[in-house]
Amino acid sequence: MSTTTPSLDPVALAAVAPTDALHSAAANEWPLWEVFVRTRAGLDHKHCGSLHAADPKMALHMARDVYTRRQEGVSVWVVRSDQIVASDPGDKAMLFDPADDKVYRHPTFYQLPDAVDHM
Amino acid sequence: MQASIEIPADAQLKYLLRLGDACLILGQRLGEWCGHAPVLEEDIALANMALDLIGQARGVLTLAGSRCAPRVDEDQLAFLRDERDYLNPTLAELPRGDFAFTVLRNLMLATWLKLLWQRLQRSSDAELAGIAAKALKEARYHQQHAADWLVRLGDGTEASRRRVEAALATLWPYAAELFEADAVDAAAVQSGLGPAWSELREPWRAEIDAVFAEVSLAAPADSRFRSAGRLGVHSEHMGYILAEMQSLQRSYPGGRW
Repeated sequence: MSTTTPSLDPVALAAVAPTDALHSAAANEWPLWEVFVRTRAGLDHKHCGSLHAADPKMALHMARDVYTRRQEGVSVWVVRSDQIVASDPGDKAMLFDPADDKVYRHPTFYQLPDAVDHM
Repeated sequence: MQASIEIPADAQLKYLLRLGDACLILGQRLGEWCGHAPVLEEDIALANMALDLIGQARGVLTLAGSRCAPRVDEDQLAFLRDERDYLNPTLAELPRGDFAFTVLRNLMLATWLKLLWQRLQRSSDAELAGIAAKALKEARYHQQHAADWLVRLGDGTEASRRRVEAALATLWPYAAELFEADAVDAAAVQSGLGPAWSELREPWRAEIDAVFAEVSLAAPADSRFRSAGRLGVHSEHMGYILAEMQSLQRSYPGGRW
């Protein structure tokens, strides 16, 4: 797939380089989709895996067949993997570590009235 | 070696065996794709459908067994009958062929089963009506899955189109058997057990033609060929699939995992 970063590992390069057939097989591969399933009791869809499919309809069918066989869900979302914008793992420290010492951001310093549920 | 069981000659029982055996044998054929489907996701989908069908067969064969004297269970009916006592339509037992063949057969049989289960929900037998209500949901998905793939293959590459057309030429003559009227049907209608299969012909053609129209496929002209699996007269393929299914129970009677 064009969106994949080519590996610089010499072993991987050697494995891919020799034939055009392998290149075209990769080019012909169905795009990757991420699958989100909402469980029976759950409120939100949770990521549960990915699969290859030619288009949205096929992706939904396959998600149903692969990820809801054991009563896992009552609703399925699929989204093209290349449509997801992700944070760079290299930025992990910059983005997330600063929250470590900000305990005051948790609402644990307040007395909640009894009438307030689900906090 | 475990001997075969005797099947009483009873029209109601035959009606149930025709249905249960169609599910059983098609389920076995679909199970053969396990580990061989074109892609992993499809492998799982076909195995899911095979298990749906085996589940439906279990329900119907258990019910059929309760109408035998002496009573027999689902395993005895599934594994200890002679070939002539299996009453599935021949279409179900044909070797699985290529993926296009499997998809088209699934479309033909899932559409037929869906229409049959719909009507069996109103069966005079409450247990059969219950099985039908559950099976109908499964059959609807099987039909949709097969129709979706038939359109993809029919509208895909030159090679996939060629395979769909070849499968259609081979499979179509076997459809006629699904809608033949006979005494077994008449008895089922009389008792309210289920519909005559012949009454499914029109709605079946309408649904199949709608899928074919999406990819400009034309159903072949009807021929005079009639398969007779539901009379117990099977193709040469039936003996082999039964041998595979039965060898364990015949050699190790009552064997369990």
